[in-house]
Amino acid sequence: MKNFFLKSIALLILLVFSSNLTASEGGGQSNSEEKNVNIGELIGHHTSDSHDYIIEIPFFHYTLHLPVILWTDKGLSVFSSGKFQGDNEGKVVVTDKKGNRFVKIHEVIYYADKVKDTHHPNVFDFDSRPLDFSFTRNALAILFVFILLIVIIHFTRKAYNNPHKLPRGIAGFIEPVILFIRDEIAIPNIGPKKYEKYMPYLLSVFFFILLSNLIGLIPFAPFGHNITGNIMVTFVLALFTFILTTIGGNKHYWKHIFNPPVPYILKPIMVVVEVLGMFIKPFALMVRLFANMFAGHTSLISLVALIFIFGSVLVAPVSGLFYVFISFIKILVVFLQAYIFTILSALFIGLAVEEHEEHEHRTA
Amino acid sequence: MSLTAPETLVFWMTLFFLIFAFLLTKMGWKPILNAVKEREKSIEQAVLEAEKVREEMAKLKADNEKLLQQAREERENILKEARELKNKILAEAKSEAEKVRNDELAKTRKLIEAEREAVVKDLQNQVAQISLEIAEKVLKNQLADKDKQMDFIKKNLSELKLN
Repeated sequence: MKNFFLKSIALLILLVFSSNLTASEGGGQSNSEEKNVNIGELIGHHTSDSHDYIIEIPFFHYTLHLPVILWTDKGLSVFSSGKFQGDNEGKVVVTDKKGNRFVKIHEVIYYADKVKDTHHPNVFDFDSRPLDFSFTRNALAILFVFILLIVIIHFTRKAYNNPHKLPRGIAGFIEPVILFIRDEIAIPNIGPKKYEKYMPYLLSVFFFILLSNLIGLIPFAPFGHNITGNIMVTFVLALFTFILTTIGGNKHYWKHIFNPPVPYILKPIMVVVEVLGMFIKPFALMVRLFANMFAGHTSLISLVALIFIFGSVLVAPVSGLFYVFISFIKILVVFLQAYIFTILSALFIGLAVEEHEEHEHRTA
Repeated sequence: MSLTAPETLVFWMTLFFLIFAFLLTKMGWKPILNAVKEREKSIEQAVLEAEKVREEMAKLKADNEKLLQQAREERENILKEARELKNKILAEAKSEAEKVRNDELAKTRKLIEAEREAVVKDLQNQVAQISLEIAEKVLKNQLADKDKQMDFIKKNLSELKLN
């Protein structure tokens, strides 16, 4: 019975995802390469950010054109992404009210006159493109996750109106997690004196990563976004940890970096290593979370894409089973990565703010 | 993954994270953490209080036990004293009675002795009287018949012996 249930779920997922693929195929690409699916492009399309939000669930297809917000040489420019008509190869030129002319190539907007190579333009050539602050698909997804989180926490909060009652309902699920973060992550790493100041940050980060990735595992709209599989999101998270570490760093922390307790002859080398370490620590945070989530999404899409590579429906059951299997592993990975990001953040903050005596006591 | 403009998501993520981390802290994390802390504190306090009450109870119980023990000892003492007193009184009474009896006995014996002495004296007096009377009769008889008198004396004397 249980087996049958799992199989039906696998089939459903398969159905949903395959409909996704065919739909995006029919909508975006030209008719000449109908059968020859470019898998790399497909994976890129599903894992990266986009100016359009294509909602594809069975029997329903709708493209939400999100606003494009640009900071150009002539000031702010706002218009709908629908003006590009789904073009991603620099063929449709959009002219705004101020006379700027834009093209969109691989989801990046360039000045139509300044971009040289329309096939592989350089994203970091800031002369050829305006600064892009568009409210993209992933920005929408981030907002969605945060609003969901606010709702969940709001209902959790309600359980504490009577302080002597044990948490019930959703609070019964959230509280152990909060207590776990407090007792197993914050207090052991930051110390019992200063942990309280950092609890809100650690909780926000943990629940954001957990929720965004759990939502990312649901393979249909309005879920299924690859949020922390985008390096810019993990960059921001790691940046906050870096800022908290640097601001909170006490005398001992800076002394350890610029005057490490090593023989004089090693000091110049160690100072360089320690200063690099300041940046490597958050960098590792950023890359670890990004790589895990990006790899997970890529492998899931690749499994579905196998059906199209082989061009046979007989591959579907195998792909589907593997999809479910990898999804279960990803559930584990999601929890693990949220935990790892949080505990490492706490550890780095702890190293910076912890009292020296405490530190010695702990290691002793 | 094709890299999109990096500033887009950096901007939105920073903005949303700051706003929502603030909101979550204000309406979520802080109240929840405070409530949990409060609850833990009250539980700790309750446990401590229970411990204290238990200790007090134990102390009270020990006190009661002690009091009871004391009472028991007191009772024992009182009983013992009472027993001793009883024995003493009994012994005293006995000795008193003995003494009284002895006294009485001594008195009686003395009385009897005195009585007897009086009787003996009386008897002596009577014997002397009788002797005198006999002597008088003998003397009278002697005067009549010497033999007869002799017999008479003998006869009287034998009578006397019988007496």
